[in-house]
Amino acid sequence: MTIPHPLEQVDHADHPLNRRQKALEHIFERKGLIPSNYFEEFHRRATEDWTPDNGAHVVARAWNDPAFRSRLFADGISAIAELGYTMPEHQRNLIALEDTSTVHNVIVCTLCSCTAFTLLGVAPAWYKDLEYRARIVRQARTVLREMGTDLPQTVDIRVWDTTADTRYMVIPNRPEWTKGWSEEDLARIVTKESMIGVARLDGIGGSGAVSTDVSAMPHKE
Amino acid sequence: MDGLHDLGGRQGFGAIQYQFGGPVYHSQWSARVHALSSLARKLHIFNMDEYRHAIERMAPRHYIGASYYERVLTGTATLCVEKGLVSASELERLAGGEFPMALALGPGRLNRSLPRHFEIGDVLRVRSEHVAGHVRIPGYVLGKTGVVVGRSPPSPFPDASAHAMEAPAEPTCQVRFAASELWPGDYESADVYVDLFESYLEPV
Repeated sequence: MTIPHPLEQVDHADHPLNRRQKALEHIFERKGLIPSNYFEEFHRRATEDWTPDNGAHVVARAWNDPAFRSRLFADGISAIAELGYTMPEHQRNLIALEDTSTVHNVIVCTLCSCTAFTLLGVAPAWYKDLEYRARIVRQARTVLREMGTDLPQTVDIRVWDTTADTRYMVIPNRPEWTKGWSEEDLARIVTKESMIGVARLDGIGGSGAVSTDVSAMPHKE
Repeated sequence: MDGLHDLGGRQGFGAIQYQFGGPVYHSQWSARVHALSSLARKLHIFNMDEYRHAIERMAPRHYIGASYYERVLTGTATLCVEKGLVSASELERLAGGEFPMALALGPGRLNRSLPRHFEIGDVLRVRSEHVAGHVRIPGYVLGKTGVVVGRSPPSPFPDASAHAMEAPAEPTCQVRFAASELWPGDYESADVYVDLFESYLEPV
């Protein structure tokens, strides 16, 4: 017997979750609490404003500008503000985590599902699932291998559990083959998964080509 | 509360069902649940800590089978009932069926008064104490020893804030633990960093 994953809950109007959501929305509506176009606007922010493109921009700048890189590691929130990015008020600190050829950082929230969503995008479903939350802190090397990154023993793993309102983002190790690339081109190869730390971009562990179509990238030496 | 939500390091879980580059929402209702919970916080119907704790208070049988946005929906609806915005029976009437809520809120607790702040490099132990209400100590670090590697600005103390008590802000420390310290006998080599309020810590 296979137990269905909760995401397989169907999206039809008569589904109990759909009806419960509508019931709650009705209460807010009846009390006049919902601003006009609120749902459309929230959806636009969640899908168009809070995207991993923001984090990718930060990573690309950190790769190309050593002074910015230093400022980012010293004070994340001030550094991202230089690029026009902010985080919600309750998220009081942003710590950028530096990957190298011998260090791999990975982020989780074991107690709920916190992330720096304005930079990384809304957390993916697997990040919020029980399996990732339970296993990544204790079996990081195995979990990363199962997700496509088989790290050699020479790479040390650092797992960051988001248990308070400090937020983290991984600054992946820059691939050597991107030497001379513009910030804009660099940003295009940075993925959400690499900034959470379940993929690498530099080819170590063999995950570089899994989430990035390298052949489509401009190569400017 | 060391409920089922406190998942870090628990054994017996299988493969992660992942999709890289997947959609932000898997259904329309989940997108609207996300928007509603965000609106409720913005309207100060409840705060972030109350919200997290309401999800933790879900009956384990419900929590484990629910998707993330079902947990968000249940936590949000529970708080709307507890704050007097609507009754549970009214929600069930409108939903045309069951609307399961989280279990009742228990007692919270106040910050500890500490003689001094902790600094980077300090070797600290996580106080081995069990808490009935909301707490942001993952069970796997209880009583464990680690080193402070960073500090964050003060935030409201969640153990009080989640229970609508006055919650003076307190700094958190990022503390590094060796996996061998956390799970002696069955671990994979790694350093695990946990962000802990100072009230949770004591000098070794």
